[in-house]
Amino acid sequence: MRNLPIGKIFIAATLALGVSLSNAQTKEAPAAQSTAPDALVKSLSNDVLDAIRKDKALQGGDVAKLQKLVDEKVLPYVNFEKMTQLAVGRGWRQASPDQRTALTREFRTLLVRTYSGAVSQVRDHQVQLRPMRAQPGDNDVVVRTNVVAGRGEPIQLDYRLEKSDAGWKIYDVNILGVWLVENYKNSFAAEINQNGIDGLIKSLTERNRQLEGGKKA
Amino acid sequence: MKSAIRFVRIRTRLALVASAFVLATGCAVIPPDSGTSPIDPLETYNRHVFEFNERADRYVLKPVAEGYTNVVPEPVRNCVGNIFGNLADVGNALNNLLQGKPADAASDLCRVAINSTIGLLGCFDVARKAGLTKSNEDFGQTFGRWGVGPGPYFVLPLFGPSTIRDTFGRAADVYADPIHYVEDDAAQLGGQSLRVVDTRAQLLRAGQLLDGAALDKYRFIRDAYLQRRRNLVFDGNPPRDRDSDEEDAVDKSAAKPDGVESKTKSVEPKEEPVPDQPKPSPTR
Repeated sequence: MRNLPIGKIFIAATLALGVSLSNAQTKEAPAAQSTAPDALVKSLSNDVLDAIRKDKALQGGDVAKLQKLVDEKVLPYVNFEKMTQLAVGRGWRQASPDQRTALTREFRTLLVRTYSGAVSQVRDHQVQLRPMRAQPGDNDVVVRTNVVAGRGEPIQLDYRLEKSDAGWKIYDVNILGVWLVENYKNSFAAEINQNGIDGLIKSLTERNRQLEGGKKA
Repeated sequence: MKSAIRFVRIRTRLALVASAFVLATGCAVIPPDSGTSPIDPLETYNRHVFEFNERADRYVLKPVAEGYTNVVPEPVRNCVGNIFGNLADVGNALNNLLQGKPADAASDLCRVAINSTIGLLGCFDVARKAGLTKSNEDFGQTFGRWGVGPGPYFVLPLFGPSTIRDTFGRAADVYADPIHYVEDDAAQLGGQSLRVVDTRAQLLRAGQLLDGAALDKYRFIRDAYLQRRRNLVFDGNPPRDRDSDEEDAVDKSAAKPDGVESKTKSVEPKEEPVPDQPKPSPTR
């Protein structure tokens, strides 16, 4: 298939987000501290697949439920601020602390809201780790996985993780060769060039409001 | 007869291209910085065609694909998709060979052999269950592998995102497509139409994700296409893009409350993969 396989992106996006969500299930076990990043991704992926299969509300794309879970549980494992910072790029330096907070909040909402509709797509998917090329002692690694679905090619789904004092944190996701942060960069930069940081915050906020008002997933 | 139908199709296409501009005039939103990006000097033209494609999809292709999904049961649709996948494996094999990956080419051919027989003319992808991973290759990737850069982004009427290189690739792909060699014109046209509908039907439930995720849908799709194609050319292991995030993320310390500096990634290959480098097994 030559065109962008959006269907697969959809499913992969679910998993990407879901990896974070799965921590909701295992709140008392912050495995990130000692676990190797690939083992972490693997177990989280499997957890989330199970969780979605079991939870009818999540399958139905319950935005509120998903949002709540993310707010409460995901933050320790995904570095949304770093994601936002990288997506905003050079503009980040000009942004005030308040603007940075607003950007992070709105970008996070956009991502969560967008993917919340994807969970109903998960069926018999399985996650396989691909070979990792990290050295021991690396603080910043790419964990590569394939999602094997019902038919067609495997879905490439990779994660960038950074080691912090609080353990490994995901800060970028690659779906079928497309790094998420990279993909927002041009649009964000263009918006900042035209309307400044506040312009970007405004258009993110507006998009979120549209999504909220529109069809729910 | 064949050439007559082809002529009609070409005329139809030309008519559609022409109507693209009629339909899209004044409809596509052209931002003030249009065309300033080095990857997309043709942005203003591209946006018009993109807008036309969006309309063609909304009013024609998507409704047809929805009808197809509603009428045809899922097992049949899976069968149809697998049959087209089986045909595509022929082109995959050819391109893998041209890219100096004979092992992958052989794997593709085995897939065709198995799926065409045991898999009942491709209806079932039994080769996948036997561990033969499906490839995704085309002439655009082959040219890329040979060192041809993508050139400017270029949106094709009806076919969607492409680049100059991939447009030439697409033209070559026609000759690696078994359906191209079907003698019966009606069958050939029918086959190609069904393939388009099948592809679109697979994307139905995903469309709204894209609508929601993007601030600027045109640029979002453009950037995703360019990233993905680059990734495909390198079979999932593209050399790191120097212009990428490290450079932009200068102000790290201020942004990171936990104060951990990220190291330059050492996990991705610095060098361009050479064509006959063995691929880490199921990377695609």
